[in-house]
Amino acid sequence: MKRQSNEVMTKYLLPILLGVIVFPFLSWQGAISVIVGSFLLLIISRFRSVTFSTKLSLQNHRLIRTLQRLTSDKRVRIGLLLAILLMPLYLPRFPLEIVTLALIYVLLAMGLDIVVGLTGLLALGFIAFYAVGAYTYALLSTQFGLNFFLALPIGAVSAALVGLLVGLPVMRLKGDYLAIVTLGFGEITRIVLNNWDSVSGGPNGILGIPRPHFFGVKLASPGAYYWIILTLVALGAILIYRIVRSKTGRAWEAIREDELAAASCGIPVVRYKLLAFSLGAGFAGVAGVFFAGRMTHISPESFTFLESVMVLCMVVLGGMGSLLGVVIGALALIILPELLREAALYRMLLFGLLLIVMMRYRPQGLVPARRSERFF
Amino acid sequence: MLAQQILNGLVLGCVYALIALGYTMVYGILQLINFAHGEIYMIGAFVGVILLGWLSADFINSVNPVFLLSAAVIGASLFAIGWGVALEKLAYRPLRRAGRLAPLITALGASIFLQNFVMLALGAREKVFPDLFHGASWELGFLHVSAPQTAILVTAPLFMILLTLMVKRTKLGLAMRATAQDPMMASLCGMRPDAVIVATFAIGSALAAVAGVLVGSLYGVVSFYIGYQAGMKAFTAAVLGGIGNLPGAMLGGFVLGIVEAFGAGYISSEYKDVWAFVLLILILLVKPGGLLGERVAEKV
Repeated sequence: MKRQSNEVMTKYLLPILLGVIVFPFLSWQGAISVIVGSFLLLIISRFRSVTFSTKLSLQNHRLIRTLQRLTSDKRVRIGLLLAILLMPLYLPRFPLEIVTLALIYVLLAMGLDIVVGLTGLLALGFIAFYAVGAYTYALLSTQFGLNFFLALPIGAVSAALVGLLVGLPVMRLKGDYLAIVTLGFGEITRIVLNNWDSVSGGPNGILGIPRPHFFGVKLASPGAYYWIILTLVALGAILIYRIVRSKTGRAWEAIREDELAAASCGIPVVRYKLLAFSLGAGFAGVAGVFFAGRMTHISPESFTFLESVMVLCMVVLGGMGSLLGVVIGALALIILPELLREAALYRMLLFGLLLIVMMRYRPQGLVPARRSERFF
Repeated sequence: MLAQQILNGLVLGCVYALIALGYTMVYGILQLINFAHGEIYMIGAFVGVILLGWLSADFINSVNPVFLLSAAVIGASLFAIGWGVALEKLAYRPLRRAGRLAPLITALGASIFLQNFVMLALGAREKVFPDLFHGASWELGFLHVSAPQTAILVTAPLFMILLTLMVKRTKLGLAMRATAQDPMMASLCGMRPDAVIVATFAIGSALAAVAGVLVGSLYGVVSFYIGYQAGMKAFTAAVLGGIGNLPGAMLGGFVLGIVEAFGAGYISSEYKDVWAFVLLILILLVKPGGLLGERVAEKV
């Protein structure tokens, strides 16, 4: 009994605590409004906390079920496909560019999802592989005139090789060591790019990267960019879809669920982890090549830790290990902030808050992965 | 020159060690990389500036600077404890059973939130930390030691000794060690894991705030993004020493500080932030558990 009253006490003390700690930053008015606001929130959540969180997930389920019913209809499917394919014909330039940007992140998030969602390895400096792809194309095209479409596989392979090199020493370690080593690698990459002036151009980056062209035909309209990245995303999605249903995909899932058990079943754990890590890096490399070809100018500030966090959030918010979830997560995290342009100042503040609230009420993501029915 | 570099490294190491302790204590109990910890350090530094800003310049000049600095350190620690406890309650406690990635994401979210909160509340410009010591410094032979450096070299080891004593000798320390080993068993033995976790966050936050205020007085300016770099370095220090291990975090902090000072002084200052991570990767290659961490045998 005493314990319970104690808990109620601390619960109602929380608004006062919040008011006190924000006082140096927001002065009296701010502190009082924080106290009143959080107190009101507390009272509301007292009545609605249980129903709210279940309703949220139920509604989501119902929404998804309706969507699934709708999309199982052939006509709807064809219509949807046409709408996606013909987007450049009816969408104005600016929204189209945002969708293209979002698709770059879809590719990145799919790559990271192989590592985090499917294999269960935590990588925090993923954007470094994106940088490897981007700088590979930027350097090879400005120095040797390499064609964009040839650079795509080269960027993928070089990022995958770098991934292999980074992963090799740490894959034998358990737990969060991969997280910290990839984090460190991401920082090293950014700092080296920032300071190695003779090769990377330092903080100014590399200018005048050629746009994609194909046998003399320039492919530089917003529509062309959209179709190129859409093709890359589609190829990536097919690859992941196939690989998840293969022996490799099952090995990854086994490692994610229980590494020790997987190893005792004869799965070469280190080899499969390295494969996942370098394949994910390869996805990021392709995304990087496309990014460089689209922007024609890259600099180290595009490859900060915040970008890595962004991609990780896309994977987790969308639903780890679920292809549809990752796509939705990436689209949401790029397109939502664009809609919030008016509140640009508060954008990152709201983003931080969204992450906390989202994890509180739906830690499994928007569209959680469903285990495939067929195991063998 | 060599002695001066060692001194600079020690000062830096003291700061990293203080912040790293917070990382390692939380990790030891919750297996959570508390990314918002660097932000608590930054908030501590700001609270120090704000508290001193409430005093008039005449008053600051007339009072003993050691007293003023201690007051700022204590005040900032109290506020930082509040932030740490609120963070634990709002962002981490509801997710205690939600797997390992969910709290990591909220930690990243909290870090982004706090950084932007401070930036929006106080503006993006650097804040000047009042010059309490009026540039006082000592010449010891060919060594040049400034007053804030002395303050760091005295305060940080003091707090480390106090913390070690607390963990080794007090009931709370015993409860912390027990909860870190096995939370379930600890609660069966009558300890309250929730209370222990709150205490852990409070202690870690206070230490981070101490580091924040001292660094503020050392560099003379404070800005909203200092938490990111310092937090990342401190986390590296914690892993370097063996994460979850308190003496390891201190050792890791000192090693990191000295390596960084030497790297910046003798090799290249542009790459000063690289040395920390290169060292970390090298050490993990040779000694996977960190300098003082032992490899725990896997349970089947």
